Amino acid sequence: MVMSGYIEQMDTVVIDVLKEIGNIGAGNAATALAKMINKKVDMNVPKVNVLDFAEVPELLGGAENQVCGIFFKIEGDIDGSIMFVLNIEDALALVSLLMPRDDNTLDEFTFSALKEIGNILSGSYISSLSGLTNLNIKISIPSIAVDMAGAVLSVPAIEFGQVSDKILIIENEFIELQEDDSVRGFFFLVPDLDSYDTLFGSLGIQI
Amino acid sequence: MSQVIKVGMADLKVAGPPEVLSTLGLGSCIGICLYDPVTKVSGLAHIMLPNSQTIRNNSNRAKFADTAINDMIGEMITKGANKRRLVGKIAGGAQMFSFSSSNDMMKIGARNADAVRSILKDMGIPIKADDTGGNFGRTIEFYPEDGRLLIKTIGHGTKTV
Repeated sequence: MVMSGYIEQMDTVVIDVLKEIGNIGAGNAATALAKMINKKVDMNVPKVNVLDFAEVPELLGGAENQVCGIFFKIEGDIDGSIMFVLNIEDALALVSLLMPRDDNTLDEFTFSALKEIGNILSGSYISSLSGLTNLNIKISIPSIAVDMAGAVLSVPAIEFGQVSDKILIIENEFIELQEDDSVRGFFFLVPDLDSYDTLFGSLGIQI
Repeated sequence: MSQVIKVGMADLKVAGPPEVLSTLGLGSCIGICLYDPVTKVSGLAHIMLPNSQTIRNNSNRAKFADTAINDMIGEMITKGANKRRLVGKIAGGAQMFSFSSSNDMMKIGARNADAVRSILKDMGIPIKADDTGGNFGRTIEFYPEDGRLLIKTIGHGTKTV
């Protein structure tokens, strides 16, 4: 089996499966977010895109735009990583939804709130994946980076880069219904090279 | 105004004055600038991984340190550079996220930097500036007219090396 075939063929069955995982995962993430902020949260149907490396930073306002990435390792039956990325404006909006404050700045409070939000969102994402695949999958403690989009995205890009010249992105938009604030975030789910077989095998997909 | 030539991720470009070579938002990737001080022929490669030999899907040669440096030097020679005169400046190779455990993939920035240094050393190309490591992104601009490299960051200053 040729590993590099996976992402190249993601326009067919695999992308539909990942879309469905994205949908269920994001639904759970929205519920978790609603519980956390004690407000109604809706979401749009996630968009799953397979893009060239060069196109990815453009989704987040260009390679030099400041973004926030919350990164987790995935451990268990499959290994890999998951990262939740959002624009700095959206990150601050999300924190103020959780904990309204007078001055909304990038301080330690904001960082730990973002780590916790990322933890809950990515955790519900991964537990959906775990439920769907019947695999035992856990996430590590979070690590956060606030920096240029290109630099933050280089991490999943390099991991995908071992397999492919493309990168898979799941885009979610969460809408807080009372004030109609919306926050757009992106998930990058990257299985390690050896974990693709386990992941797709558990879903009954042969490539 | 000098023309700025953008180099994307897994990409390389060769240019000369008054052009400027730039790559935006380097994280764990490395920006490799090579320069012939006499003819001013210059190249910039934005590599993602250390070695094409360990990866099966290796058709994109600009993605890897070894093949990118080879191809870039080849193109520079056809544009008038002399390999024996080449000097290098490198930047990037950050570790954007930190974890206590020693996972190989997490240290890819340092592995990329080591690979680039050893390849250039083997080729006898001296490294005049090495701004690698840390946990922050870098945007770089290389000026073939005088060989200077401008490095910009968010919150970690701007410098010329």
